[in-house]
Amino acid sequence: MTQASILLDGLPIPFVAGQTIMDAATAAGIFIPHLCHHPDFKPQGSCKLCTVKANGRHVSACFTPARDGMEVENNTPDLNDKRRTLLQMLFVEGNHFCPSCEKSGNCMLQALAYELEMLSPHFDQFYPDRPVDASHPEVLLDFNRCILCELCVRASRDVDGKSVFALSGRGIGKHLIVNAESGRLADTNFSWADKAAQVCPVGVILRKRVGFAVPIGKRRYDVEPIGMQVERMAARSAGEEGMDGD
Amino acid sequence: MRLREAMVTEECFDARRLDDLLLPVLERHAREPGQLVQILREAQERIGYLPAPLLTAIARALKLPRAQVEGVAGFYSFFHLTPPGRYRVLFSDNITDRMLGSAEMLDRLCNRLWIERGKVSEDGLVSVDTTSCTGLCDQGPALLVNGRALTRMSAERIDRIAELIRAQLPLADWPPEYFRVDDNIRRRDSLLSVDWPAGEALQAAIARGAEAMLAEMKRSNLRGRGGAGFTTAIKWESARRAPCHGESGVRYVVCNADEGEPGTFKDRVLLSSYADLLFDGMTIAGFTIGAARGLLYLRGEYAWLLPALREKLERRRRDGLLGTALCGQPGLDFEIDIHLGAGAYVCGEETALLESLEGRRGIPRIRPPFPVSAGYRGQPTVVNNVETLCKAALIACRGGAWFAGLGTKQSTGSKLLSISGDVETPGIYEYPFGVSVEQVLRDCGAGNAQAVQVGGPSGICLAMHEFSRSIAFEDVPTAGAFMVFGAHRDMFEVARNFAHFFRHESCGFCTPCRVGTSLVADCMDKIARGLGTQYEINQVFKIHRLLHAASHCGLGQAACNPLFDTLQKFRPAYERRLCSLDFEPAFDLDQALAAARQMTGRDDPAAHFGLAARLPGVAS
Repeated sequence: MTQASILLDGLPIPFVAGQTIMDAATAAGIFIPHLCHHPDFKPQGSCKLCTVKANGRHVSACFTPARDGMEVENNTPDLNDKRRTLLQMLFVEGNHFCPSCEKSGNCMLQALAYELEMLSPHFDQFYPDRPVDASHPEVLLDFNRCILCELCVRASRDVDGKSVFALSGRGIGKHLIVNAESGRLADTNFSWADKAAQVCPVGVILRKRVGFAVPIGKRRYDVEPIGMQVERMAARSAGEEGMDGD
Repeated sequence: MRLREAMVTEECFDARRLDDLLLPVLERHAREPGQLVQILREAQERIGYLPAPLLTAIARALKLPRAQVEGVAGFYSFFHLTPPGRYRVLFSDNITDRMLGSAEMLDRLCNRLWIERGKVSEDGLVSVDTTSCTGLCDQGPALLVNGRALTRMSAERIDRIAELIRAQLPLADWPPEYFRVDDNIRRRDSLLSVDWPAGEALQAAIARGAEAMLAEMKRSNLRGRGGAGFTTAIKWESARRAPCHGESGVRYVVCNADEGEPGTFKDRVLLSSYADLLFDGMTIAGFTIGAARGLLYLRGEYAWLLPALREKLERRRRDGLLGTALCGQPGLDFEIDIHLGAGAYVCGEETALLESLEGRRGIPRIRPPFPVSAGYRGQPTVVNNVETLCKAALIACRGGAWFAGLGTKQSTGSKLLSISGDVETPGIYEYPFGVSVEQVLRDCGAGNAQAVQVGGPSGICLAMHEFSRSIAFEDVPTAGAFMVFGAHRDMFEVARNFAHFFRHESCGFCTPCRVGTSLVADCMDKIARGLGTQYEINQVFKIHRLLHAASHCGLGQAACNPLFDTLQKFRPAYERRLCSLDFEPAFDLDQALAAARQMTGRDDPAAHFGLAARLPGVAS
């Protein structure tokens, strides 16, 4: 019996039962853009960057199980155009100023914008008012850059067992909150050793006083575009996502 | 309940009082975390809003992370983290209410009360705002005051209401005719013409037996009346066959009474006047799939229906139609609980509804698994619309073959239409499926219709040349809304109202819907201000395509439908507003100087951008 496989942009990709399209692609070294997905956590499917076309239907690669013979379109102009628009939406929804952000070069949002050749935010900026939380001795929370991927929510709840983070609000008013009546991170049991401290794909959860230990230009996505780092992403685990990149 | 006794204002709020107020609510719900939405609702009813210490206390009592409790409280429109007015007035903001003058009446009430829309008066007495469609389009403009529905607003009523509020008269002492809600049933067919005593349909189903009942359901080819049109018998059979999970696993029947689609109000009428038929239908579903528990998810806007529904359940219990050994059949048990929503349209989506039932934010789940195999609490669950369950009761009595003989081959039986807008007699019209739009328009007295929005904003907008089409799953499917727009109506404004509705109701889970609904609403506002160009139209199309392809659930996928339809069919309504330019920025330099002008007390030409340059002799 031959091994089950999907056809990803015309290329046969083997998979084992239980794998998603994303799992199969990643194992084969093929990059499917994503933000809210992380191999250590249950797929969530909210950023929609990994939208692919499977047997003619748009689906999220991160949670759609691979099926034998499934024909999947991934790297097509139409899908990349949609992904670019999604990135632009995320850029205008928050306050993202890469030149002044200490996560620049280690930020997945920025790296994907380069990867997908996003040349401008395109839409009018929303300029939301999102005060930062500098209360914690070790960590700064800059909500301006939050893309609502819920990785910190999932890490804190499912790995750390602390549920330090959660989402509140609805629709465009949705926002990240912390587990304290005061609303301040210092009043939670959060610590830099938490898994939740390591998973932010953008620049919300920042360790204080080490911002530029690795200079800009030598950071993870400065060295190599995100699309070339599939194997590294597959091997992601706690500790590796820290501020310093490599 | 006397208003002033029921509300505790911020000043007299203290922690000891909080425990006293909270304890009975927690006890009633056995400190069950799954009851969080109900607990928040009842706590708010007692305290007036949900202050931060209260959320902490609830989290502690339910052993939930505080942030999770706050996240749930922050999700639903009817939960308040800061004190609303002691009289909380919410105008229904559906387009049909607007067509009846609701916007002017809202302004009038604000003027009379000397308050700004959306802000609480300084004495904490009153707040006035809008809310999504309250399901009273046939007798609007409608509004909710502290959850009670008021109908047929007029300038006179608004003035009187302002006086009543200023005099702080309890709602119970307001003129009762303000609260009158009519059924307005205009045409009866197979469903609305029945007048059976409670339990009749249930007994018929018991007499048939569960297997035979399922066979009748299959024969009937009944399809879900909530809009999607999934075959009910397949759901029932799948849930019946699906194994329960865990030792104490049981199956559930959930009735979706979260009738949030703007322009739809048929479930309101069924819940008001056919509740026993519905409860029979739920019990029959339980009997057929082997479930002993039913949950009715009632939208928060219909909270005023709750006392009558509870009374009906009590009567059923006394009559042996609820509880254990129903109709004298040992082993045949069925309980029905009513859960109240709290203002979130997305909870009409069946998996978001289940999330809400389990006490969480109403976010649609990833499917599969489908509710029939893993629904409420992970157990096999049938989720059916109110009308669908009433039809099931009908089938129990009359048989599947009889039902299949009504309507069309692919759309059997009848459909309840909620008709509103520019018609002589708005209300509920029941037709066999297959009826033409023309016929419906004739019957309801729509003389000069230019368009009909069928199925609400997520449905389809039909122009005059399409009026020969018929209401059926194979042609124009609908959950029941039928909003008629006369020739004098501006279809652009209709679409703009819908764009704002979707922005307000997007759950915010996925990027395309969360941001896209905001972007299109902004585009529509820009066009309305006379600053739109072809560029904005192209934007709307582009976002429509993205939302259709990439949104997580049906809400996002449908969110641009009304814009797409009206752009296709009523393009002049847009084009007459466009500037001739290719692009016009939404940002207005002169407007940006307004704050500086206000601060400096200046309003001379030199303080205006652009104006100074145009006026000769004025120094810039």
